[in-house]
Amino acid sequence: MRNAYFVLAALAVAVVTFAVARLIDNAYVFFAGYVVLQYIVLATAWNILGGFTGYVNFGTAAFFALGAYTTVVLHKTMPFLPLPAMMLVGGVVSGLIGLGMGYLTLRLRGTFFSIATLAMAVVAQTLITNWNFVGGSRGAYIIRPSDSPIFSGDYIQYLFVVMLALSVISVSLARAIQFSRLGFGFSAIRDDEGAAEASGVPTLKLKLIATALSGGLMGMAGAPLPYYVTYLDPASGFSLSYAVNTIAMPLIGGTATWLGPVIGAILLGTLQQVATVTISSALSLLLVGVLLVTFVIAAPKGIVGWFKK
Amino acid sequence: MDLSFDLLGNALVSGLLLGGFYAAVTIGVSISFGMLDIVNIAHPAFIILGSYTAYIANSVFGFDPILSSIVLLPAFYLLGMAIYHVYDVSFERRGDASIRGLAFFFGVLFITEVTLVLVFGVDYRLVDAPYVGPSLHFGVIDLPLRLLVPFLVSCALIGSLQLFMSYTFLGRAVQAVAQDPMALRLMGANPSKIKRIAFGLSIASCSVAGAILIIIQPVEPSIARDYIGRIFAICVMGGLGSFGGTIIAAVILGVMESLTSTFYGPSWSPAVAFGFLLITLAVRPSGLFGRT
Repeated sequence: MRNAYFVLAALAVAVVTFAVARLIDNAYVFFAGYVVLQYIVLATAWNILGGFTGYVNFGTAAFFALGAYTTVVLHKTMPFLPLPAMMLVGGVVSGLIGLGMGYLTLRLRGTFFSIATLAMAVVAQTLITNWNFVGGSRGAYIIRPSDSPIFSGDYIQYLFVVMLALSVISVSLARAIQFSRLGFGFSAIRDDEGAAEASGVPTLKLKLIATALSGGLMGMAGAPLPYYVTYLDPASGFSLSYAVNTIAMPLIGGTATWLGPVIGAILLGTLQQVATVTISSALSLLLVGVLLVTFVIAAPKGIVGWFKK
Repeated sequence: MDLSFDLLGNALVSGLLLGGFYAAVTIGVSISFGMLDIVNIAHPAFIILGSYTAYIANSVFGFDPILSSIVLLPAFYLLGMAIYHVYDVSFERRGDASIRGLAFFFGVLFITEVTLVLVFGVDYRLVDAPYVGPSLHFGVIDLPLRLLVPFLVSCALIGSLQLFMSYTFLGRAVQAVAQDPMALRLMGANPSKIKRIAFGLSIASCSVAGAILIIIQPVEPSIARDYIGRIFAICVMGGLGSFGGTIIAAVILGVMESLTSTFYGPSWSPAVAFGFLLITLAVRPSGLFGRT
């Protein structure tokens, strides 16, 4: 029941957000807001595996870009599909990749999983770079439709609404997991995997669920990207800054709860949008790196930890 | 078929030389990750830093890149000690080294890369030395000095580290930490002091590794990432912390990459290292020569 109330509250926040954005009536608000929302989804997805279960994933960019490239493929083969359907397919593709990755490496120590995710990102990037159908290293162009298909307004508003809906879904999912048996299993693995295994927690199964869910959400977050950027090349799709941001946001906000990544994503995402416009994009990335290092050293429980004694 | 035999021979030789170079790049991680269990994924960024210091010494002051990198060893050693100190105080003593330690090094990697981009831009940088251009020829086999000199330097680097580890008191102390830090503590020794020295050595090796990297190929800040996979693939395949295993794994990878880029094109070669790493992790995580 509490979950239902939470979803309603989250939906209300989403509706208010959209209404405010419509009132401001400036395309830039939607472009910048889309990026912040995308990071809410990515940070929340990362936190399901990284924060709840304790396995660090450096391959966010790979899951994200695979979702985006799934859309490129679908756009070329079945252009009539609506965007939410493409996102679903992108999510399934990335989720399956996550499952396969997890199956190969999750029986090892956590560090090996982390290194393997880095490795996976480069393998995936090399495959895409050499795959001519999706543009190879030249990249792929996608023409963004001019109007929203379901309400009157620009297409960017539609992308914004889609991403808003996905953030509501992923945050509600993360919160539901946190208070469920699944979530307790995850935190048992994070705190002491050996003890969890010994007390009958099916650790491998739970880790695979976490990896698949996390990867799937990242893929869904990436799926609308080609319509947002209209030109997608492997170097930008697989950019390391996605991985850094997605790790920095939960760690800055606090990894133990569903709320931490949301706070981190809103703060850091907005800060970056402002810094990119006012200073430069390289400096805004440097800012993220410095904040990440400062927070892991000085505030190991993140911003959420300041308010919980 | 003569032509492809020539090609094969040359690919094998350059792969062998490349492997020697990869061993030098990996040896630092064999110490930090293999022996000390510190997952320093920022290691390649320090190698690139080493390339840029060699580049400055070469282009501004006209020094030989390898000699200047040897002169700079103490500076990198101190940098490594400083980083280990921060890591030790912030993570190891709190017993919280896993996630936050990884995130810390990831942040350091990113900061180093972005700082290098801000200072030097994303242009490729080269060094100039008498051995960069010419090649030796043995029949159909070409031996470019550009690869041969780094190979020899790398052998010297690994040889001296191996001698240090086997024959000096400190080197044996490092091996003791690698085997059982708890036992060392019970003997009344302080493992974090020894780890600090060992981590300093691991970062110091980046100075030389960076200098030979910029001799082999032009360098720009983001190529650090290509090396993360290679380095960890070699380190894991070599059985974590065994210098001999590291060399053999590095040569295998060098030859595989060289064959791949000769016969399938260079755009495929990054996938070789990572594919190898994934297969090693899935099939034999203790490495080719590791103890199970």
